Amino acid sequence: MECAVDAQSLISISLMKIHNSRTQRGGIKLHKNLLVSYVLRNARQVYIKEKYAEIYRMQQYEEVMTVCNEIQELNPLDPEPEDAEEEDLEVAALSCCAPLQDGGGKEPETSFYRSCCMETPGSPCDPFAGNGSHCNKTTVLDLDTHVVTTVENRYLHQDCCCSAPQCAPVPDSPVRKRKGDFGCCASDLEEVSDFSASRKRVRREECTDPNYTDTSNISNLISIFGSGFSGLLSRQADLEQICSKQALASLGAWTRAIVAF
Amino acid sequence: TFLQPPRGCDMQWCFSQVKGAIDDDVAEADIISTVEFNHTGELLATGDKGGRVVIFQQEIENKNYPQLRSEYNVYSTFQSHEPEFDYLKSLEIEEKINKIRWLPQKNAAQFLLSTNDKTIKLWKISERDRRADGYNLKEEDGRYKDPNSITSLRVPVLIPMDLMVEASPRRVFANAHTYHINSVSVNSDHETYLSADDLRINLWNLEITDRSFNIVDIKPANMEELTEVITASEFHPNQCNTFVFSSSKGTIRLCDMRASALCDKHSKLFEEPENPSNRSFFSEIISSISDVKFSHNGQYMMTRDYLSVKIWDLKMENRPVETYQVHEYLRSKLCSLYENDCIFDKFECCWNGNDSVVMTGSYNNFFRMFDREHRRDVTLEASRENSKPLQVLKPRKVCTGGKRKKDEISVDSLDFNKKILHTAWHPLDNIIAVATTNNLYIFQDKLTG
Repeated sequence: MECAVDAQSLISISLMKIHNSRTQRGGIKLHKNLLVSYVLRNARQVYIKEKYAEIYRMQQYEEVMTVCNEIQELNPLDPEPEDAEEEDLEVAALSCCAPLQDGGGKEPETSFYRSCCMETPGSPCDPFAGNGSHCNKTTVLDLDTHVVTTVENRYLHQDCCCSAPQCAPVPDSPVRKRKGDFGCCASDLEEVSDFSASRKRVRREECTDPNYTDTSNISNLISIFGSGFSGLLSRQADLEQICSKQALASLGAWTRAIVAF
Repeated sequence: TFLQPPRGCDMQWCFSQVKGAIDDDVAEADIISTVEFNHTGELLATGDKGGRVVIFQQEIENKNYPQLRSEYNVYSTFQSHEPEFDYLKSLEIEEKINKIRWLPQKNAAQFLLSTNDKTIKLWKISERDRRADGYNLKEEDGRYKDPNSITSLRVPVLIPMDLMVEASPRRVFANAHTYHINSVSVNSDHETYLSADDLRINLWNLEITDRSFNIVDIKPANMEELTEVITASEFHPNQCNTFVFSSSKGTIRLCDMRASALCDKHSKLFEEPENPSNRSFFSEIISSISDVKFSHNGQYMMTRDYLSVKIWDLKMENRPVETYQVHEYLRSKLCSLYENDCIFDKFECCWNGNDSVVMTGSYNNFFRMFDREHRRDVTLEASRENSKPLQVLKPRKVCTGGKRKKDEISVDSLDFNKKILHTAWHPLDNIIAVATTNNLYIFQDKLTG
């Protein structure tokens, strides 16, 4: 009597039932097929949720590793041995909740800069501050779109908190850049180090504008990757929407951004 | 009037009769699909998958065996529906009888409505115990006489004959349903009746076959937006303007035909919020209502979903007043029941004559009674092994876990091919008809009468 209640087998069983109903005597039974479609929907929701969770976990780890490896390769100023950095990166990637007092818990020599702040309720750091004081956030700078975003527990927020002192301290070292990933700045590659420093300052100023909340950039990020996932999106399931947008958003942020303050 | 006051689950139930083939190999056409007593309880009708109707009649007291106060014997058998083919849609229309409903008796003849998926028929069942004799032009065997041999004229006379029961179709109500008919219900005005399919309910006049009024239509403009279907419908027992219909979402809507011509907008909506801790892949399936029945007094209605029976007070919409678990031990088996399609079984339910006890079927040929007054329930079994005359039925128990006691049956031993979907209770007496796959069992309570 026992059977495996896993989403994938339920999906195939349900599809089989719908297929068989076409040849049943008396015509397609609307009621039964409707009920089967509910099981199909439920199983699909669970299946997608599981899949995205898996993808997210995989992506989060892989992308961070990829980005940081690339930075490592590019940056001539970086004297650190790769191994040590990878270790740091691993630690950083897996635990994004370093306390504020440690300055993000990162040394300036590491290939990327992260700001991890423990959110306090009502903090101006995050306009979406809501529930609870244990939200862990990672601030991400996208050098292509010049957008600073905060990824919090898988949700993507547009944040305008760069001016807030609670946010991670400004590192002194220049930002490492990814080769070839610049739009307008590609020609300036040889003047990278000086230019990057000044760009960074400029960007900080931009970001200190508390009214800087351009959400369209986020949707652009999402839409770039949206076409590949259109088959999985559905108008009907809110849960699916949230899951797919989460996944898309996180993928977009992580693959096109350099993690920095 | 009652022969004796019913005592619900205190009473002991005895085997009375079983109808149908003993053969274990069940012919599909013999599968019973509906059971219904008439308003006096004298007649008991069954419909089967082969489109046949069999009517049993209760004999007057058997003087040799006075304790067997009620024996039902075959009264009439006829083919109500035949398989049809819809050439336009390339669809076969099953002849299976979905529902039988008796009309209240007005004259010597009996009338019933029987329906398959698409067509409702009004049948007249009448007795003939006399025949005409002495025709002028015809011989006794029906051959025409040689006209030259006719020399005189006489008036034919009626002479007694062996009782013959005839069934003739008096009305055919066709072409009004696009989807599969699941219910018919005769109105208390005795003039109209409703028929319900998955998405629509039509109102008919019993005399008029070429016209019906659509009173409920839940078909969405875009079928892709379909979220629920109608599963059952019934007229109120004494308010001729009121009817209810249940849905696959577990809701019941009560409608008043005086409010508007189209009753899409309900007068009352009965719904119990789902218990979120019970949420599963199959929540929608098990909340679908398979049957709805008004109580005889018209104050309550009962609904059956896959695992429970609920009694609703018509004055209270937000939750049922009573809930009875039929076979809660199946909740952990829903996945298997989904795989073998049992989760789609549509169990019916019924009230006893004074609304104090309700009954419904289960698997392994078990059926359950819930005594509302005494808050007791019992599980009984319809089986050939317990079929000695007047043998008292022993209560059965399903073991849900732990050590199985003697005489208990474990959940995993239940036979899910033996299901009791259709049961009926005599309107005035403690006689019940319980249909297994292809047999009809009649039980009565132990008191002599």
